[in-house]
Amino acid sequence: MARDSLPRYSLPRYSAMELTRRLLTGDRRAIARLITIIENDGAEAQEALAALYPHTGQAHIVGVTGAPGTGKSTLVNELAKAYRKRDRTVGIIAVDPSSPFSGGALLGDRIRMRDLSGDPGIFIRSMATRGSLGGLARATADAVKVLDAAGYQTIIVETVGAGQSEVDIARAAHTTIVVEAPGLGDEIQAFKAGITEIADIFVVNKADREGADRTAMALQMILDLNHSSHLSSQAPEWRPPICKTIALHGEGVGAVIEAIEEHAAYLRESGNFQRRERERVEGELRSIITQEMTRSFFERLDEAQFDSLVDSIIRRELDPYSAAVLLLKG
Amino acid sequence: MPEKKIRVLIAKPGLDGHDRGAKVVARALRDAGMEVIYTGIRQTPEMIVEAALQEDVDVVGLSILSGAHTTLFPRIVNLLKENGLDDVLVVAGGIIPDEDVPTLNEMGIRGIFGPGTSTQDIVQFIREEVNE
Repeated sequence: MARDSLPRYSLPRYSAMELTRRLLTGDRRAIARLITIIENDGAEAQEALAALYPHTGQAHIVGVTGAPGTGKSTLVNELAKAYRKRDRTVGIIAVDPSSPFSGGALLGDRIRMRDLSGDPGIFIRSMATRGSLGGLARATADAVKVLDAAGYQTIIVETVGAGQSEVDIARAAHTTIVVEAPGLGDEIQAFKAGITEIADIFVVNKADREGADRTAMALQMILDLNHSSHLSSQAPEWRPPICKTIALHGEGVGAVIEAIEEHAAYLRESGNFQRRERERVEGELRSIITQEMTRSFFERLDEAQFDSLVDSIIRRELDPYSAAVLLLKG
Repeated sequence: MPEKKIRVLIAKPGLDGHDRGAKVVARALRDAGMEVIYTGIRQTPEMIVEAALQEDVDVVGLSILSGAHTTLFPRIVNLLKENGLDDVLVVAGGIIPDEDVPTLNEMGIRGIFGPGTSTQDIVQFIREEVNE
């Protein structure tokens, strides 16, 4: 979609540097535009991130993930309200899937966050997954950097929990909350999703519903198993607490905030903060290199040679692996 | 890879609670490849403009059935201007009498889509206006 030609108000005329300067003075339009620039991943994105980066690293980043319908957005809404009562500013990135068919997206998380409107201490941004392989984690992490540089003290990233991209997003968070709700299948479902290993805190939401105790018990069992396996990213000295909430009525949310604070304190005191930070930066650097190398390879690709190799592969004269080696050699 | 999308905020200002039309339009725009931020019913002008600003949208779509458009639309358009969002395309739908259309057009609401409009017309209008 040709948005380059879009006539916009004066903001896009500003360079990434100028937008960053404005962001640091608290200009909310500059925050919004910088996130757009980063999402669109154009030439300016890199410039913007370079300018922003020295101002990042201040916020505590909380990832919230879980199956659709567990009440993530409602919980995020309540967490943000509770943080505001404690005088902490909150940035929220709410990620919803893009349609694989149209590339469009319906982003509805704001519906449950209407209480937060009108508070300058809160900034909410909806992001679509846009189907880019592995790019989502990067775009989300970069959007977090914008809010971090803008001075938001707690940044909450909300994603639908179903697989690798969510795990990657969680890696960028300091504290990851996995939200479950009763009646969404047994603990095997939770195993399958593979998101129990990444939880620093579990929330059993909709705790007034039948089966909430059973869900909590199933999680206890999973934790017992995780602690005897090496796969878990949880350090042995941190056993994720299980908090029961009724987010719709704000019940139990205080305990979740306390659990987040405890986890943050644990990270600092145990030295795990540095370890995680190093892992995160390593992963980020690797993924940027992978993406940039892929991009530059395809930019230099000889289309004619590519097409003729495809023909050879179809005729079974060549296998795809050998063809790839040929192309990579240039 | 660079990927640019038209971002649209769909909101219902005022107190009527019927959002079927807004949802149909939201769905049609999504199916046309746009990113639609849906805010739901009972939005104040302030809430709508704040969301438009944070989401950095290209288009704000308003739906109203209560007849309050002559009060609420000017407030929204003015607030958008005050916040420097005067280049955001504003379109509207719902029950809007023909005699109000010229006033709303003058105010800067260029696309007004009443009952019976085909969603394809809305998609096309937005694409043309945003890409012009």
